[in-house]
Amino acid sequence: MRVYHFSEHPYPPAWADPKAYLRVNLPNRAIDPKIAADLFHRYYDEYLLADELGLDLMLNEHHQTATCMNATAVVGLSVLARTTKRARILVLGYPIGHRPDPLRCAEELSTIDVISRGRLDMGFVKGVPYEFAASNANPVGVMDRFWEAHDFIIKAMTSHDGPFNWEGEFFHYRQVNVWPRPWQQPHPPVWSTTASKTNARVLGERGAVIAVLGSGYNTRALYDAYRAGYASTHNGAVPGPDRFAYLALFATAHNEQEARRRGELVADYLRTGSRVYPPFKNPPGYLSVDDNVRLMRGQTPERSFTKDGRVIDMRTGSVQDLIDSVLMLCGTPDQIYRQIADFVEYTGGLGNLLIMAQAGHLNHADTVDQLTLMAKEVMPRLKELKQPVAAESAAA
Amino acid sequence: MLTGQNSLAPLLINGIAIECVEKGAGRPLLFLHPEIGLDPDSPVLDRLAERARVIAPSHPGFGGSEQPRSFNNIDDLAYFYLDLLDERNLTDVTLVGVSIGAWIAAEMAVKSTARLSHLVLANAVGIKPGDRETRDIADIFAITEPELNGLAYSDPKSAARDYKAMAEAELRLIARNREATARYAWSPYMHNPKLKTRLHRIRIPTLLLWGADDRMVPESYGQAYCLAIPGARFETIAHAGHFPHLEKPEEFARKVFTFVEGQSK
Repeated sequence: MRVYHFSEHPYPPAWADPKAYLRVNLPNRAIDPKIAADLFHRYYDEYLLADELGLDLMLNEHHQTATCMNATAVVGLSVLARTTKRARILVLGYPIGHRPDPLRCAEELSTIDVISRGRLDMGFVKGVPYEFAASNANPVGVMDRFWEAHDFIIKAMTSHDGPFNWEGEFFHYRQVNVWPRPWQQPHPPVWSTTASKTNARVLGERGAVIAVLGSGYNTRALYDAYRAGYASTHNGAVPGPDRFAYLALFATAHNEQEARRRGELVADYLRTGSRVYPPFKNPPGYLSVDDNVRLMRGQTPERSFTKDGRVIDMRTGSVQDLIDSVLMLCGTPDQIYRQIADFVEYTGGLGNLLIMAQAGHLNHADTVDQLTLMAKEVMPRLKELKQPVAAESAAA
Repeated sequence: MLTGQNSLAPLLINGIAIECVEKGAGRPLLFLHPEIGLDPDSPVLDRLAERARVIAPSHPGFGGSEQPRSFNNIDDLAYFYLDLLDERNLTDVTLVGVSIGAWIAAEMAVKSTARLSHLVLANAVGIKPGDRETRDIADIFAITEPELNGLAYSDPKSAARDYKAMAEAELRLIARNREATARYAWSPYMHNPKLKTRLHRIRIPTLLLWGADDRMVPESYGQAYCLAIPGARFETIAHAGHFPHLEKPEEFARKVFTFVEGQSK
């Protein structure tokens, strides 16, 4: 099992006023570039440590927000491609439904793959709702743009015989010939995220790595939809554990009490989730008409489930709720191992664990300690963990 | 709203299935609804139908009308309604639009006025009179519904809706209207950068009608619109906001007919 270390590069000094909206419209006078620089350096130091410890690395981008200073993932990918030695470098995600120029995306990602000598994982996402206000991309039809951008990027990375033509619904180029071409052949692995079974099936049909977050003990349904889609386009084959990823918040320590303390700090990340000016939370066309009707009637979709079927609100749940729903792995290394093993068994196979080992106000010393404990006391045991076989569920 | 006496009938134009209210007799009047959609029982349709043959369609993608896969800007709707005029062989048409409906009407008129006699643009959007840093039209997707109602209505209380008490079918229409508005007008926001320099092509009697209390699109915007159309007249309706056909239906209809009858060819 691969374990990816993830941080959103938060700027928690700006979180202090509980009434402030943290995304889209928080004036940037609230960020001090000198403090930001110190934080960036610190977060990159943690990535370098994770690289040395044997973890893989994940980063993402969000826009106009104090929860994530990475406004462009390419900058972070570039830093990591040159300064790390061995880790896979996953961007999850790269919001290609928002980007006006997928040729530029193909060039950026190919270059990063070459500089890292083939360590890039390309996670493409449509972006969270409030990104549309920042990018001004039309939320209506974003998935159509997403797939055209995806198809274009893959074609650009896999065409090696001179310029080709692309005059699609959204993007127009006449002489496409990307230099450098990517290191990995035929192209760096494609990942994507989803919370819907319909999209999970599409990802399965295309064979991309499916990453989910926040679903807890509803994850199996998404993975099984993926398996059904995968089987439909791969002669009935069962996708291996390497096609599945799950993101959880992460807090460990030598004793449980300290782990819980760190869990509280890390959970702040989820608790900032609701701090968005309401109009930006649901741009038109982002949700289906049916989903909007349910929202207007005051019904919010249930998303996170515990093993016994209890629904958890990730923005208000206690650390225990988050543990019960596997939104957070939390405890001593022994407890962490058991939580992972239990969850892997439930999912029917899970080859990529994405841990948010730094989030919220968790400081450098705690983050270093967590990563070290994970690498030295949990990961050796995960190497021995036998993946379940999900063959029986593939037809689900 | 859905159970009143005016009925939406299906209409097939150029292979696209839409819904349409048709009412009254006399000279044809094509009424193009704003972004909030078409209420078939809106009193303004009855007032207009007293002196004209009113054709009030729900735009493709809005209400219960089909959303064609290829339609994504206001031009698509303008050509669609020019097709409607052709297919129904309508002539001497009074073309009336409100807000986005007025934008569609203006885009039709710069293309062809062959089947039109008069043009009435009420609280129209569609042009960019200000400089690049001026927000000419309030960003309706960046404010809450109460804030929007405060800008768009002379009497915001009249616009308040209790979604939880509404039927699912009605909520679906609201959700579709919101999505369709974004599909057609998200960017460039509520305007076509080319339209203003094409308005000089409109050579039929044109009235710019403005709900005087519109704080979503100010009166100065309407005056800029008016100046770009040769010979166009500008009139306001007091105690009405961005949707004067809803807040002052009698006066809206009266001003339309006073204009049309006073300016007949």
